[in-house]
Amino acid sequence: MADVPTARPSRWATARWAVRAWWLMAGMWTRSTMSYRASFALMLTANLAITSLDFLVVVLMFRHTDTLGGWTLPELGFLYGTSALALGTANLFVGSIDALGDRIRTGALDTMLVRPAPALAQLCAERFSLRRLGRPVQAAAVLGWSITALPVHWTADRILLVPALLVCGSVIFACLFVGGATLQFWWGEARELQNSLTYGGATLLQYPPTVFAKELVAGTVFGIPLAFVNWLPALHVLGRPDPLGLPAAFQYASPLAAAVCVLAAALAWRAGLRAYQGTGT
Amino acid sequence: MALIELDDVRRTFTVRTRAGRFRRERREVHAVDGLSFTVRAGECVGYIGPNGAGKSTTVKMLTGILVPTSGRLRVAGVDPARDRTALARRIGVVFGQRTTLWWDLPLRDSYELARRIHRIPDARYRANLDRCVELLDLGAILDTPVRQLSLGQRMRGDLAAALLHDPSVLYLDEPTIGLDVVSKAKVRAFLREANRSRGTTVLLTTHDLVDIEQLCDRVMVIDHGRLVHDGDLDGLHTAGESERTLVVDLAEAHPPIRVPGARVVKVDGPRQWLAFPARESAAPIVAAVAARYPLADLSVREPAIEDVIARMYAGAVIG
Repeated sequence: MADVPTARPSRWATARWAVRAWWLMAGMWTRSTMSYRASFALMLTANLAITSLDFLVVVLMFRHTDTLGGWTLPELGFLYGTSALALGTANLFVGSIDALGDRIRTGALDTMLVRPAPALAQLCAERFSLRRLGRPVQAAAVLGWSITALPVHWTADRILLVPALLVCGSVIFACLFVGGATLQFWWGEARELQNSLTYGGATLLQYPPTVFAKELVAGTVFGIPLAFVNWLPALHVLGRPDPLGLPAAFQYASPLAAAVCVLAAALAWRAGLRAYQGTGT
Repeated sequence: MALIELDDVRRTFTVRTRAGRFRRERREVHAVDGLSFTVRAGECVGYIGPNGAGKSTTVKMLTGILVPTSGRLRVAGVDPARDRTALARRIGVVFGQRTTLWWDLPLRDSYELARRIHRIPDARYRANLDRCVELLDLGAILDTPVRQLSLGQRMRGDLAAALLHDPSVLYLDEPTIGLDVVSKAKVRAFLREANRSRGTTVLLTTHDLVDIEQLCDRVMVIDHGRLVHDGDLDGLHTAGESERTLVVDLAEAHPPIRVPGARVVKVDGPRQWLAFPARESAAPIVAAVAARYPLADLSVREPAIEDVIARMYAGAVIG
């Protein structure tokens, strides 16, 4: 009988296989939810309605004021759209991982660990539902409107910065989802902490940095790197001064911040899985 | 050839318990405490023991879910925890109380996913699926959503899902729990076929001695994380001096029955309980009872594994 080949697949092959496994699992979950079509339609509609109300609150606020922290409504729309779109995209692809504690308690994680696919990909795809498209769709609509309404001179670097910040922002939020959920390996109730980082962070980023204390804004640059999702690149796109007076390089540093996040989340995930398996701690 | 090798494997868990308001005490629990055994390719081994004896901890280490605290462990020549994903292509796992099938999708879809996840070549997939469908009688339910299946149908479905990729080792945790007699028989016949004709090595944990009797040529008993018996089932009964029970319903209340080879352990009106050694046949005792007493009904109860083990463990300590 032939033994299992001990040569490990390359990191690149593993990553590709993880993506493919995610697609397979997410496809299965999508078809599962489609077996309850009426329920799916209702949930999607409710989801869209609720997220739409979200920005309506901001619009209503602007009926009593022209600026918030010195920023106009289209500028807030830009912050809102980028933040919500990045969070929504991250949530679509990896959001399910926030139930890691439940998967551990019910033994579902063990089932995933004996499948020949990365457990992280399976956890991220678990209970995937297309109704999570509601938030990114609404956010994209707000962002689209804000871009047409902004009195910005669209130079090439500004145009490029928008998709770049969306990709990097999604990656940063995805890492916060994964890194935060990883805490549940040690501490079962860590879900709320992770939610405050992701959903709380996204709400924070929907308002101009000028309305917050400088210490808080500095914390989002040098601590939890939320500022790289949209605040810092938005300063350049919208031509606004940095309230912290940081070098302009920070406004282009989102890819670097995202890369650091990926590294940190990967290390956290590996440490967590090791602790679960019993080699760590 | 040794497919599974354990050499002095230990697994310790640290349990934190609250002692007082702020103080917490750390206590070490030895779930598996120095296990050594070898399973050759093609064996069918019953792995039994009371709850909390360390059975699932062992299986979790064998599948790579848990890492041993110390000791050496090899499955198909690899360290399961290090090469978990690669090993996953070579093993099948069925948890009796947890399905891996997709609840809201037709049974067939779960198999399609297994085909892709395990990268099973088309021809082999079709051949294996056809064989499972035939042996497990799945033809009529392939297109039924799993949530509509009975427990027995679902277990058969799970078994097929675990075997489509031709695993070398199949781990089964309570595969017949909660099933009716017909389903149990089907499951056992299928497992026997997989083991005997396909050469799949089977490691089976169960509380049902009949599973062991009909499937396993070897039984390992674990208690408190240690192997307390490794041999055939007869040896287990001898070691545990286990007894089966003949429950006799007489036509009317009667003084305790006297038949050779059995003793009455309980009398309740017309019903009497007779204990006899598990390795003996019930037939002569039944014949003797029927010849001398007005018999209304009778049944034979198998010894509970917990009792066998408890007695064996007590015996080991005394002897």
